[in-house]
Order: sequence, then C-alpha cells, then structure tokens
Amino acid sequence: MPAPEQKKIRIATTSLAGCFGCHMSLLDIDERLFALLEQVEFDRSPLTDIKHCGPCDIGLVEGGICNAENVHVLREFRNNCKILVAVGACAVTGGLPAQRNHLSLADCLQEVYVTEISLHNGMIPNDPELPLPLDKVHPLHEVVKVDYFIPGCPPSADTLWKFLTDLLTGRTPKLGADLIRYD
Amino acid sequence: MSESFQLDGEDIPYTPGQTVLQAALSAGRYIPHLCYHPEFKPHGSCKVCTVKIASGKSQRTAASCTLPAQPGLEIESDSDEMNELRRTLVQMLFAEGNHFCPSCEKSGNCALQALGSDLGVMTAGFRHFYPDRPVDASHPDILLDFNRCILCELCVRASCEVDEKCVFALSGRGITKHLVVNAASGQLADTDIALIDKAMQVCPVGVILTKRVGFAEPIGERRYDQRPISAQALDDAPRAATGKGRCTSCEE
Repeated sequence: MPAPEQKKIRIATTSLAGCFGCHMSLLDIDERLFALLEQVEFDRSPLTDIKHCGPCDIGLVEGGICNAENVHVLREFRNNCKILVAVGACAVTGGLPAQRNHLSLADCLQEVYVTEISLHNGMIPNDPELPLPLDKVHPLHEVVKVDYFIPGCPPSADTLWKFLTDLLTGRTPKLGADLIRYD
Repeated sequence: MSESFQLDGEDIPYTPGQTVLQAALSAGRYIPHLCYHPEFKPHGSCKVCTVKIASGKSQRTAASCTLPAQPGLEIESDSDEMNELRRTLVQMLFAEGNHFCPSCEKSGNCALQALGSDLGVMTAGFRHFYPDRPVDASHPDILLDFNRCILCELCVRASCEVDEKCVFALSGRGITKHLVVNAASGQLADTDIALIDKAMQVCPVGVILTKRVGFAEPIGERRYDQRPISAQALDDAPRAATGKGRCTSCEE
C-alpha cells in the first residue's frame, strides 16, 4: 500500500510597496526550489494565479505599506496565515520607499504628475480604481502583528533558505550573524 | 597588573584607573559598546556596554565604560539576559533614526549596523520616528546627514579635544536632542573643519561623510564584511588617548 501523501505546507507570498527583489532573491535558491516544492505548495503569490489568500501555514510579505490596497492585502494575509513573515528591509523598516516620509504626499504627486517638465496637461490620477497612497510609508509591524522578520535588501537566498528550512522542519528560525544583513 | 576582577567567571587583570570595559578589552574580552572609543574619555550615552554586577546578595547594572575596575567585582556580561537588553537598546537606536542601510554609504563600515547583526537584531520592532532633519551639504568636501546620528558625541569630543575647533555640539532636549554645527549660520561651510580632522574619522555611523568617495569599496571587502565587530573592537582596544579630556579652545 503506498504511503499516504504527506500534507504539504501551504505558503502565500506577496509584494506590497516592494520591488519584487525579495521574490527574486527567493528564486535565487535555484535548484533548491525543486526540493522546496516537494514540501510546500504555493497559495496566492505573484508566482501563481490565485487571486486571494486562502488558509495558509506561512505568509511571506515583501515591501512596506504605502497605499490603501497594501493594507487590505496585508490584513487578508494576517487573517489567513498562521505565521506571517516580514521579508526584506521594506517590510521590516519601511525601507528606501520610506524616504518619502519627510516629503509632503501632495508635493510628491504634484511634482510627478503635474509640474514635471516633460508632461503636457498633466493631472493627478483620480480614478477610484486606483488605491489612495498613505501619507507615510510604514513597516508591516505597525499595521498587523508580525511573527518573524528577515532583514536585508534583499535577504540573500541562503538567508531565506535557512529560514524556510528551519521553519519547515519545525525549528524556531535562527539566523547567524553572517546571514543577518541590512543592506 | 596585580589586581583582578571576575568577568563571566574569568579573572580579568587590570591597572588601577582602568574601567571595567577598558580592562576587559585589554584582556581580549569583548563587551559590546558604541559610544566608547579607546582614544577618548568614556561617554556613557549608548548604554550598550551595560553589565550586571553581583555583590553579595544584591545585583545592579552599570555601564562598564564608566565603572572603575575594583578587586573582587563579579560581572556578568555575555549572558542571554544582558544581550537581550543590548538588542533592545540597538533596536531603539534603529527606530529613532533613518537607518536606511541599503542606500547608506557607511553600510559595511558602520558600528551600529555591525553591532546589530552581531547581536542578532532582526527588526527595530518599535514604531519608527522617521526624523526629518535636513542634510547639510554646504561644505564643498563634507556632507552631514543628521538623521543617522546616535548622539555618541565622538565628533564633538574629537573636534574639541583633538582638533581644537569645536565644530560640533549637541542641542535640544529629550527626543528633540540633535547634533548641530557651531557656526552662526549653522552651516558646516562656515566652520574651519578639514578633511584631515579627527572629527572626520570617529563617526561610528553615517552622519559625517566625505563627498565623492562613497561606495568605492566592493561588498565583501568593507570593514565589517571581513570580521564581526566583536573581533575588530579588540584590535582597536588598548591605545593611548589622543583626547585631552577637555576642550582647549573654548570655555567648556
């Protein structure tokens, strides 16, 4: 009789105010992805076609919170993922996008969409389809509870691999100083 | 070197007049620290060097940079409890400033960053302050980014005690305390600071920067890429003071 198939760990991933660099760094685990896929299956992720996050074991979130849609997606992840992980400098600290925090949002939009010299009849986009930007960029833990943080811009593939293998084998993830980078 | 005290169960010899931190570093025992610099008098602002002292039944904590070495001291430093407290202090510093390491040219050469990874700091954890202090780019060769300042006063001490120029000072109180430039205009260009000044070398973070030289070192070859701060600090440890301990150019 064939052994009953072990239930796979379910992982969701998303990029909020991110650059997709943390996802690229995850793909940098290279052929280890095949080993990973034997143990896990992906729920909502930029790498799948699933539109909403369902019940999951692990949620990996890159990017900070910069607009209203980010808040909705993050809350959906928190509500569905047993373990929510802030991946990368943006999710952990707000990251380089948070450098806009000392500028007025109105001035930013005005500069980019109206007064920018190459524009002809510019206007600030106002369609309700578009999520409104927040006045400041925030790290994830200022909006929801976060279980683990992985710093790095991006965290290296080895860092992500160590973290995931620890988690998948039931250990508390522990990164040595050589895997903790903030840059 | 006949006197000694106990640090994490080991005998540490000391010369009378040394602090616990100085004696530990001289003996090759690392105690994490940020505002202490072997060439200057202890400052006591970062509190990262805090240790636990047991004497009889009572226990208390003290900054080892200002604690005079005494015979019979029993000191606990490298324990989970003390390192957890240090992590919190480093987190407070990260949350207080704009420490965007990915775009900072001091990354890899920054003591705060190196201490963070050495202690296993994964997140600032606290709500970020995101201070908004304009950079001072007035000087032709030097740039100041005040949003990264950890108020260690090393530049203040170096400029006053070694360079005898008193270019820098701290101003304000509480969370509004900040580094200022001692010039009527407040601009660095209106001081006599020079690239060869001691004040240019001592900033442990990315506040005082020389223009046009950033990002020259390849990743992997920067100071703390090579060895962790715990190893580097010991190389720097026993050294003659260059600071005079007081300002010779102003009334301070």
